Amino acid sequence: MSRFSPLEWPVIRQLRTGDHTGRSSAVQSQRTREITPRTSSADRVVQSVCPYCAVGCGQKVYVKDERVVQIEGDPDSPISRGRLCPKGSASEQLVNSPGRQTQVLYRAPGAAEWQPLDRDTAIDMIADRFLEARRRGWQDTDEQGRPLRRTMGIASLGGATLDNEENYLIKKLFTAAGAVQIENQARI
Amino acid sequence: MTPTDRFADDSHWDHPHERRGFFTDTSICIGCKACEVACKEWNRNPADSDYELLGSSYDNTGGLGADTWRHVAFIEQSRDRIEQARESGRALVDLGMPRVGPPAASSSAEPASGGCGCSSGGGGCGSAATTGGASTAQDGDSPVLDTPDFRWLMSSDVCKHCTHAGCLDVCPTGALLRTEYGTVVVQEDICNGCGTCVAGCPFGVIERRDDGLVEPKTQRGAAPMPDTVKVPQDGIAQKCTLCYDRMKDDQTPACAQACPTTSIKYGERETMLESAQKRVAQLHEQGKTEARLYGANPKDGVGGTGSIFLLLDEPEVYGLPPDPRVPTADLPRMFKRAGMAMVGMLALGAVAFTAGDRS
Amino acid sequence: MANADCIVIQGSNMAECHPVGFQWVSEAKARGAKIIHVDPRFTRTSAVADKHVPIRAGSDIALLGALINYVLTHDLWFHDYVMSYTNAATIINEDFEDTEDLGGIFSGYDVEKGAYDLSSWAYDDEDDGAGDGTDKHEQGDEEREEAGGDKFGSGGAPTGASEPRCDETLQDPRTVFQILKRHFSRYTPEKVEEVCGISAADFEYLARAVTENSGRERTTCFAYAVGWTHHTLGAQFIRTAAILQLLLGNVGRPGGGVMALRGHASIQGSTDIPTLFNLLPGYLPMPSVESDSLTEYLGTIGSKTQKGYWADADAYTVNLLKAWWGDAARDDNDWAYHYMPRINGPHGTYQTLMAMLEDKVDGYFLLGQNPAVGSSNGRMQRTAMSHLKWLVVRDLNMIESATWWKDGPEIESGELKTEDIQTEVFFMPAATHVEKSGSFTQTQRLVQWRHQAVSPPGDAQSELDFFYDLGRRLRTRLAESTDPRDRPLLDLTWDYPLTPEGEPDPESVLAEINGRFETGPDAGKPLSSYTQMKADGSTSGGCWIYTGIYADGVNHAADRVPGREQDEIASKWAWAWPANRRILYNRASADPQGKPWSERKKLVWWDEESGRWTGKDVPDFPVDKDPGARPDPELGGAASLHGDDPFIMQADGKGWLYAPKGLVDGPMPTHYEPQESPVANALYPQQQNPARVMFPRKDNLSAPSAGAPGSEVYPYVFTTYRLTEHHTAGGMSRWLPYLSELQPEAFCEISPELAEQQGLEPFGWATIISPRSAIEVKVLVTDRMTPLRVGGQTVHQIGLPYHWAVGKDAVVSGDAANDLLGITLDPNVQIQNFKTGSCDIRPGRRPRGAERIALIEEYQERAGLTVRTGNERITDPQRELNEDPKRPHGEGQSAGRSTARGAGTAVREREEDE
Repeated sequence: MSRFSPLEWPVIRQLRTGDHTGRSSAVQSQRTREITPRTSSADRVVQSVCPYCAVGCGQKVYVKDERVVQIEGDPDSPISRGRLCPKGSASEQLVNSPGRQTQVLYRAPGAAEWQPLDRDTAIDMIADRFLEARRRGWQDTDEQGRPLRRTMGIASLGGATLDNEENYLIKKLFTAAGAVQIENQARI
Repeated sequence: MTPTDRFADDSHWDHPHERRGFFTDTSICIGCKACEVACKEWNRNPADSDYELLGSSYDNTGGLGADTWRHVAFIEQSRDRIEQARESGRALVDLGMPRVGPPAASSSAEPASGGCGCSSGGGGCGSAATTGGASTAQDGDSPVLDTPDFRWLMSSDVCKHCTHAGCLDVCPTGALLRTEYGTVVVQEDICNGCGTCVAGCPFGVIERRDDGLVEPKTQRGAAPMPDTVKVPQDGIAQKCTLCYDRMKDDQTPACAQACPTTSIKYGERETMLESAQKRVAQLHEQGKTEARLYGANPKDGVGGTGSIFLLLDEPEVYGLPPDPRVPTADLPRMFKRAGMAMVGMLALGAVAFTAGDRS
Repeated sequence: MANADCIVIQGSNMAECHPVGFQWVSEAKARGAKIIHVDPRFTRTSAVADKHVPIRAGSDIALLGALINYVLTHDLWFHDYVMSYTNAATIINEDFEDTEDLGGIFSGYDVEKGAYDLSSWAYDDEDDGAGDGTDKHEQGDEEREEAGGDKFGSGGAPTGASEPRCDETLQDPRTVFQILKRHFSRYTPEKVEEVCGISAADFEYLARAVTENSGRERTTCFAYAVGWTHHTLGAQFIRTAAILQLLLGNVGRPGGGVMALRGHASIQGSTDIPTLFNLLPGYLPMPSVESDSLTEYLGTIGSKTQKGYWADADAYTVNLLKAWWGDAARDDNDWAYHYMPRINGPHGTYQTLMAMLEDKVDGYFLLGQNPAVGSSNGRMQRTAMSHLKWLVVRDLNMIESATWWKDGPEIESGELKTEDIQTEVFFMPAATHVEKSGSFTQTQRLVQWRHQAVSPPGDAQSELDFFYDLGRRLRTRLAESTDPRDRPLLDLTWDYPLTPEGEPDPESVLAEINGRFETGPDAGKPLSSYTQMKADGSTSGGCWIYTGIYADGVNHAADRVPGREQDEIASKWAWAWPANRRILYNRASADPQGKPWSERKKLVWWDEESGRWTGKDVPDFPVDKDPGARPDPELGGAASLHGDDPFIMQADGKGWLYAPKGLVDGPMPTHYEPQESPVANALYPQQQNPARVMFPRKDNLSAPSAGAPGSEVYPYVFTTYRLTEHHTAGGMSRWLPYLSELQPEAFCEISPELAEQQGLEPFGWATIISPRSAIEVKVLVTDRMTPLRVGGQTVHQIGLPYHWAVGKDAVVSGDAANDLLGITLDPNVQIQNFKTGSCDIRPGRRPRGAERIALIEEYQERAGLTVRTGNERITDPQRELNEDPKRPHGEGQSAGRSTARGAGTAVREREEDE
């Protein structure tokens, strides 16, 4: 219906629709008429799992123009049946929060502030430091000469918010490197 | 002419739907506030806070407003107060108001009557605890429960989507709209921010957003989200839309979808009313006579509400008006009186005329 | 849980911390189940429960022990279940002495080491000659078996035999049943009142609710979270509930069990596939320095002749080694077992903390974790980080653990100066859960796949991408190395296929975890069950309990048949380990003959016609083993399980009412007071867990307990916890305005009585001082906090949500509650006590700058604290000298025969996050 049709003039609409007091169909704007939920206009919907507690509620992630526009409960999930707690309901904000840090930052010894750092350089620096710390903390044997083949120069904490595949690679890499002080929230 | 006619004013749609509404059962609310967050997230409402404790138990958002369309109240109560609530709830039933049968008992009562006509406590209604006929025995039979020493009430409030909606009645611009689902929404592209509706709402629900941000504060500096609606919102009236947009696509409103314990239920209002009545009957059978309905009474000052609540105490305890009245409720009577006065005047004039003529 | 008839939530605030999981409790309640919440505070869980029972924090064993006593003395235990499925009839060797005999300590305690020798707790073994202590030394040589997944009770009874001696009449005083009865006889309702502050009437209510809702027709479920684990006795809290549930027949059945409610999306996964010092994937232990060869290592896990699936630990281990080192893992080099580093004691996060403070650790990775806020004694945590050479923080937000060097509390107090801190800090932004694919394992062992929705923004990347890349760079740098220590890195299988974005494909990692055939006609094909794993190098697999998740090359974690299209077990939604079983030990849901205990509670049963186990769930049992089967014990492994041995991971196939091994602080739970307690232990002369792990240091002082001089300086008990609106240390909630506005400020919850006593104004400020720190919080005065009468005195408890921290980047900040906590650990699991501490509270804000330290020190001086305060192992020094309590009497065997070493290194899968 054209926006300029005389039939759309308010008084005419009031008479035409029977909405004589002008409180429903007669006053509906075009925008109101055409409104659609962004869950319907999303480019794709991806099934996911809430990142907060361990109940493991199902989530549906709606993506538009390569951005997450909505995250809500997945009614298919027999665990959560589409429901979410306040944290789960806020997870779109977790993803899109402007307070989120998306740049690599580096703080030099004694420095009072961060400085930006190229990610590639940062990982190189970490790799160098990793090998140096591994060397410095290396223990071939204990005091009785029994093999230890480990380093006490490197430690790690975290994993309970990570994926199984990630924990697997972390444990695999650290173990091969001889680092044993690997811990996560499960002990906290 | 349309199904919504029976339940809400002003519905004039070619393709009507059954009237939709919420049933918020506060007896199973766990106060998690998922509804508040899910609502804000879906509607992209700004955070509404100075980030300080409000001094009201676990409630730090205070009440419904321009940015908070679902709000959870927390009320801590001692034994005395619980006993009073139990007593007042029982009294509502003992008044012998029209009632609807509990699930198994009587199916002859008419659900369509809108349940209870109880006027005690205005919108508060403790009906439905009894069957028709051999009615009041129920409460005599309900077990006498030990009164706990303490309880912590939680209740999620929302726009009532009144049958006679004050905001809608007084809106001069046509910004407020009775939708095809019998709900009441603001059209933000029409609203000019005059604020008449704010005074028109007996529940104090509708409010103007004063910061004029369509982008929530929570998105400060970030690129606008796809789909973000680009309309000026400076001073525009804001309230729950019952997720009108989602409803159009047969989706559940965000708050009801999230609610972990189904404290917030959504559906056709008739169905909601029915389950509310069943639930209150069930609680009374268990001896929890403090349970009562709010908004289920079609004879209250707003003609009943689209959002029905099961409360465990007087409405005032939750910050709800005990006797809400739409400000335009008196208009017909006033018109009538004015009309009668005019007819009277005319008649008098005529009498005077004829009398005079005769004399 | 929805099938339970009674749910006791204790040590958990389920409605607040697991709201969506709580829907099943709501549902059970709607069906008529009774919900009881036992907790120091009246919480949102209590608000919707049928009853709230306030309890003094840390006294749960006294309550649960009294329930056990109630069940035994009133003869309410489930006879058929207990006789067939538990070790009630098993005879314990005669060297064992109970806390009844030794003043609250078990036999085998070594004062110097502060640890137990477990050998005297063992099952009796006729063949070895009962009572001959010397033989048991080797068997008691088990510092590490516990690490092998004591969740399963892996490794079995020390005798190595699967058929221990029993007395089916239960009359022998050395049967588990009689020992248990005697041990718990002093746990009476009167003691519950005296220890827990719970009235006799409330106890009776609880006892009746639990027992009336247990048996053939009905089941009771317990739900707990960190309210049980965060104690110096955490593992024993859970044991007490497990014993009770076994006695009532509530294990392995619908609506039964002891449900652990875990707090992080994949905290279960990160114990299954662990980033933990003492475990390898699938609960295999990290090799210890004492296991020089693969054979020795396997000997610590179990024997080939024991019952159950741990008998195949050799296959699980070889498959892991093969998965990691591929062709370099060969029969002739012990499958590269020597590539593994060795542990020689606990290297847990708190031991590492101490090492950092001693400058022994150069580099530290924080992967989605915020120890400056979330770990005990925050001041030590932050100070320790200032000793590092470098720190890598990988997170979504700029958490306090990344910024302590510029805006932490120690900068404000002047203890640390930014310009003096030499630590290099790398902040590496992480990808969120929707920006990567991968699997989380939730609290019921369900592994669920997440599909990637979008790419990570900016520099953000997944851990998978980061560690894969780091590994590649390390290997490149070492490529020319001839140093043998670099072989494990260079020989590591590290060539994962890349996605179009250049990241390693997470499904290929899952496939490796699942395992595959290496040789033979099926070479390259995925394994479908761990029973296919061989110890000869013909198969490989990174985590045996996950085998089957990638069966037939299909990612079953991504199975998504909607719940409404399935029955209540919903076996086609995601995948549960092991073997997609939803309820563990479900053989126990049928009687010994294989019939369901009742129609109402049926789950799996023996189908006579087909000769197979069948039912709603995947049977957790050899599927064709007849209930009457009594195979030759020499067979070992699953083959030797009897047809009525439901506990297939236990070496004797039974549920353990008494744990002959696996726990290092007692074969049965015993109530001890927390590290800091206002009252004396009313049950035993021994005040605290004698085997607890302590760190007596000046920066980790403890308050005196039980009326000792100085205890009046810290007269109140505080307990820390979470709120619905926030997540742990706040890294995923305090940066979100929608969550921050709901709980914007740090606060404490106190009773009106305490408020009046201390002059605290509602919503005004209070300063809380512990021996470690002083913090300020707002005051919430509420009837939800109840002063308790305990042992003739009034105990005031202060509730403290711990989500906030001092920093500048978050939307909301505040003082961190965990700064108040000291570090004392459960010896079984090395988990800290978060749940009780001693403190003072007074009105007003805390002093700023150096005056804050002065205030803490003033309190310490007034209380006369030294590093020894509260850190005595044996409560009465006189008794310690007299040897009386801990020496076995009469046998002429000295306590010195102990072979226990250290405080043990066990970890259990159950323990959780804050």
